[in-house]
Amino acid sequence: MSERLIQAANLARHYDVRRGLFAAPVTVKAVADASFEVTAGRTLAIVGESGCGKSTLARLLTMIEPPSSGRLTIGGTDVSNGNPEAVRKLRQFVQIVFQNPYGSLNPRQKIGAALEEPLAITTDLPSEQRRVKANEMLAKVGLRPEHYHRYPHMFSGGQRQRIAIARALMLSPRVLVLDEPVSALDVSIRAQVLNLLADLKAEFGLTYVIISHDLSVVRHVADDLMIMYLGRVVEYGPSANVFAKPRHPYTQALLSATPVADPKAKRNRIRLEGELPSPINPPPGCPFHPRCRHVFDRCRAEAPVPQLQSGVTVACHAVAEGRI
Amino acid sequence: MSLLDIRGLSVDFATSRGAFRAVDRVDFAIDAGDVLAVVGESGSGKSVAMLAVMGLLPWTATITAERMQFDGRDLKGLPAAERRKLIGKDIAMIFQEPVASLNPCFTVGFQIEESLSTHLGLARKARRARAVELLKLVGIPEPERRLGQFPHQLSGGMCQRVMIAMAISCQPKLLIADEPTTALDVTIQAQILDLLLAVQKETGMALVLITHDMGVVAETAKRVVVQYAGQQVERQSVDGLFVRPRHPYTAALLAALPELAKGGRLASIPGLVPGQFDKQDGCRFAPRCTAANETCRTVLPPRQPASLGEALCHYPVGDRGTP
Repeated sequence: MSERLIQAANLARHYDVRRGLFAAPVTVKAVADASFEVTAGRTLAIVGESGCGKSTLARLLTMIEPPSSGRLTIGGTDVSNGNPEAVRKLRQFVQIVFQNPYGSLNPRQKIGAALEEPLAITTDLPSEQRRVKANEMLAKVGLRPEHYHRYPHMFSGGQRQRIAIARALMLSPRVLVLDEPVSALDVSIRAQVLNLLADLKAEFGLTYVIISHDLSVVRHVADDLMIMYLGRVVEYGPSANVFAKPRHPYTQALLSATPVADPKAKRNRIRLEGELPSPINPPPGCPFHPRCRHVFDRCRAEAPVPQLQSGVTVACHAVAEGRI
Repeated sequence: MSLLDIRGLSVDFATSRGAFRAVDRVDFAIDAGDVLAVVGESGSGKSVAMLAVMGLLPWTATITAERMQFDGRDLKGLPAAERRKLIGKDIAMIFQEPVASLNPCFTVGFQIEESLSTHLGLARKARRARAVELLKLVGIPEPERRLGQFPHQLSGGMCQRVMIAMAISCQPKLLIADEPTTALDVTIQAQILDLLLAVQKETGMALVLITHDMGVVAETAKRVVVQYAGQQVERQSVDGLFVRPRHPYTAALLAALPELAKGGRLASIPGLVPGQFDKQDGCRFAPRCTAANETCRTVLPPRQPASLGEALCHYPVGDRGTP
């Protein structure tokens, strides 16, 4: 019944980084071995700290960059081989809203022009119809028609994020990738934008991929949850299951480190020692092992393979062996 | 007698389009050993009030206050030279962007030792020993090696630890932390908050934590001040605030948190924070308040008693007679 809009199998993206003029380039595995799928009508949340590869994944899903290896199927078409014609058609299928609404809008472009640009590029609608569509979309995201002639600097952060969402929706995509859509916004504005996203999802039958580091937002919106650490998926499954019983030690630590707005809540914080390692030089074996409480010899030697356990995929030796 | 005692502090900025009041008659009374959270959205004046205490505002700012005392000394008429002896020693501050707050041209060790030599006049060997001790205290491994490194060689969390080490180097009586963890990852944020509280407990200094995150407030502070559009709209204990917010803005802010939401939709606050030119006569929150009436729009709200969270409101939430 539910259609699989995006399927990724062992998806990876590597970058060659030059370190100095004569030094040999180093390969950074920004995303390694990610397998997941996006089902129509559901919201997939990708969560992780900086350097975990979540934004790289967004760039792969929106076809801004091709994957280095692995298979990525979007709307039934394999895009991993980089067929430019197929990719061009599918760009209308997946659209993206970026994190910083101050940087993602062209300051010299009026809002109307920004909204019409996708239409002008991909369709041959005459200008009057483009304008009608842009005005309709402005109303849908809670802005007024007079905003059509204004420049981005005349808007607040929340309004700009509405504009960015409107622009992403101009081509009626099926999937919307939201890269930290509310992290730059204040609490009261954040709630407005989250509600707007929920409304738009119902109205247009959208499917969301939300990238975030804020677990309280994710808990509210996500159906499926994927936790990443240093480019690898450590836990992936239905959001309710993961929040109810986090299995991977990193997920447990991440959940317990998130501040809870309740002074009476029991603070049973798992303290993670140490820093995030650099993705240029990740630790051998399990990437999380230097900070893990349950580390044992096998973790240092071999990287864990994701395994399905009661509906949730977990990549951890300790979980696989039943130690925790 | 409080450590920091401020009554009726206002800060006006001279802008090209007239004066703008960023902080409007705020009061602070902070005792030694206190942990006070100042919470508010961007533009609520929460940082500016504390920068005024530090004397770090630009010349366009005009600071007026009925009383502004620290440790029995009047801060208002303090000459610049005297103030420089005070800030960085007895009052220290850490900022939001740890990497940007450190000077990229000097080693971490040099920057920590700078305040030790300026304020305490320690000799070189004693400075180095104290710097190593400080880095150990804030949980930086291999402190001797780290002292010789530059800020760009450290991660964001490490830089914030260095900032904390610098701030506590002269054993301040008051530490102001301005969004100390906003730029950091969740697991690092937890480490830094734990560290700040541990240092606070150990030294018995007062800590002012400026934040926009209600979760951080709930987990760290004892008392909380809620700011909105330059005014302190509520002052309460943390336990009281989360159970029974008294100002409609606080109540709406808590209801807007995703983790407290029940069901699919979040309670949101309609409208926007007032800007420079739409400050009206009555309550500043009236245009966005669901319970506002004509009185709210025209008459300045009174300060309610402590039993009602010192709310700056005509009709505090939960009081009899609320419309």
